[in-house]
Amino acid sequence: MIQLLSAIAVFLATVVGMAGLLVLAARYLVTYGTVQLKINDEEPMPVDGGQNLLMALYGKKLFIPSACGGRGTCGYCKVKVPPGDDAAGPVLPTELPFLTRKEIRAGVRLSCQIKVKKDIRIFIPEEFLKVQEFHARVASTRPVTPDIKEIRFAIEEPKEIEFQAGQFVQVRVPAPDEPNGFVFRAYSISSAVYEKGEVELNVRLVPKGKGTTFLFGLTEGDPVIFTGPYGEFRLSEDPESELILIGGGVGMAPMKCLILSLLATWPDRKCTFFFGCRGTRDIFYYDLYRDLAKKHPNFTVLYALSDLQEGEEWDGPTGFIHLWVEKEYEPEKKRQVFLCGPPPMINAAMKVLQEKGIRIAEEAFYDKFE
Amino acid sequence: MAPDVHPLLLLVASVLTSNILLTNFLGLCSFVACSKQVATAVGLGAAVTFVMTFTTALNWALYYLLLQRGALAWLVGPEAAARIDLEFLYFILSIAVIAAFVQLVEMIIDRFSPTLYYALGIFLPLITVNCAILGAALFMVIRKYDFVQSLCYGFGSGLGWWLVILAMSGIRARLRFANIPKPLQGVGITLLITGLMAMAFSAFTGMVKIQ
Repeated sequence: MIQLLSAIAVFLATVVGMAGLLVLAARYLVTYGTVQLKINDEEPMPVDGGQNLLMALYGKKLFIPSACGGRGTCGYCKVKVPPGDDAAGPVLPTELPFLTRKEIRAGVRLSCQIKVKKDIRIFIPEEFLKVQEFHARVASTRPVTPDIKEIRFAIEEPKEIEFQAGQFVQVRVPAPDEPNGFVFRAYSISSAVYEKGEVELNVRLVPKGKGTTFLFGLTEGDPVIFTGPYGEFRLSEDPESELILIGGGVGMAPMKCLILSLLATWPDRKCTFFFGCRGTRDIFYYDLYRDLAKKHPNFTVLYALSDLQEGEEWDGPTGFIHLWVEKEYEPEKKRQVFLCGPPPMINAAMKVLQEKGIRIAEEAFYDKFE
Repeated sequence: MAPDVHPLLLLVASVLTSNILLTNFLGLCSFVACSKQVATAVGLGAAVTFVMTFTTALNWALYYLLLQRGALAWLVGPEAAARIDLEFLYFILSIAVIAAFVQLVEMIIDRFSPTLYYALGIFLPLITVNCAILGAALFMVIRKYDFVQSLCYGFGSGLGWWLVILAMSGIRARLRFANIPKPLQGVGITLLITGLMAMAFSAFTGMVKIQ
């Protein structure tokens, strides 16, 4: 008995003693005081040293996109540190998978992997400076397929959001086990650009996913915080240019936004929408597009079902969507392609588009996700 | 009873004749991984020496003041202490001490030499599981060294490890332009050279001899 008790006592005393030593050391060694953060050669601003750059920027209300919450797994939070400056240290192995050689030469870094220790100079794209934090409440939420929900936020503060069709927002998701208590998850805006007071998202249920668990649990009136808008896609302003959209699943969200926004400004512009589903239960917004197609003769919509089960009623196209793109689509001279959906679908569709003479690098914009 | 070896002799012996890397082949993983560049080798060698010296001292105190049978006499009196034998805790607690110390070293290096911090990368926290350090902590107890002997032994083993990784990094810097058969490139040739170095170091055996 005395043996056991003394074993526990000695074990605890040693471990606690060591931990105490470390806490004490951390207090005196890991303090960097206040350092100056200089962005885009503007006036430097003071931030607390020791935190990571992403959080330092967040503290200054500068919202760099980041989906993983600073763990270095999404690769979104890129900033540029002038290559000659050593304030950020060398590129870490955790960053390498997300950076091309060209980016490394240009000094591009993941801001979540940089620990701010001394005065630092960084460059971030101007569009990120315009990103705001929005406080909103859930206006409505409804399932559109068994695993996709349409959620609308009514914006309260600031009053309105200005964004480009195809852009996304980042919803702040509570996560008690993260150091900051929250993470961000990116969702494309599915409502049209002229609806400035509301933002609509299509959210797919990811089992145990932090973002979807939070968003699926929301009910009308719940408060949410999101930042945005983000995203590089710009719709061509040329009325002669056609828009081709190819997508599947929650790839729907940016496409719905693009179609509604495009047809509102240019009712007669040519626009073709290919949407791939597995079965009839994955079909959503179909009636909306059919009505639009009746009103706008140059808008065409095609839903194809790849995995039709017996007993399901469907008199439309069947098979993989890229085969329908191959069959039905003839490119115009001026065109813009937007692809959004699961990676295999996008890869197959891009191959078809390439065979049709589309220059992927210049004319296509794509976003692959599971 | 502590063996009758002068501490300074022990220091020399643990650097040269009983080098922990070349006679016991301990601490090989970081030795192979971090011996590509001289600067990294110097940094890691210094860190290992620092950690090894202080952890042997701390672990000595841990073993002889807390864990050995009868060691708790200063706290509970000799009679009760004789019934307490906590030696079985030595493995886990010595590793805890080493881990805490490595954290401390990491903070120090991060603070005062960020360049070295980045150069050592993952191998800095991995000193925790550097078997040479645990090896020194265990040998010191098995060989019944007293405190000063242990301190010298730990410091000497660290210096010895440092010396060998430094020598190896110098050799590997020269090997960079050598025409090495493909299957032997990298780890293969490094281990062969380590073997040759071990043989060379065995020539020191005539100078001093410890267990």
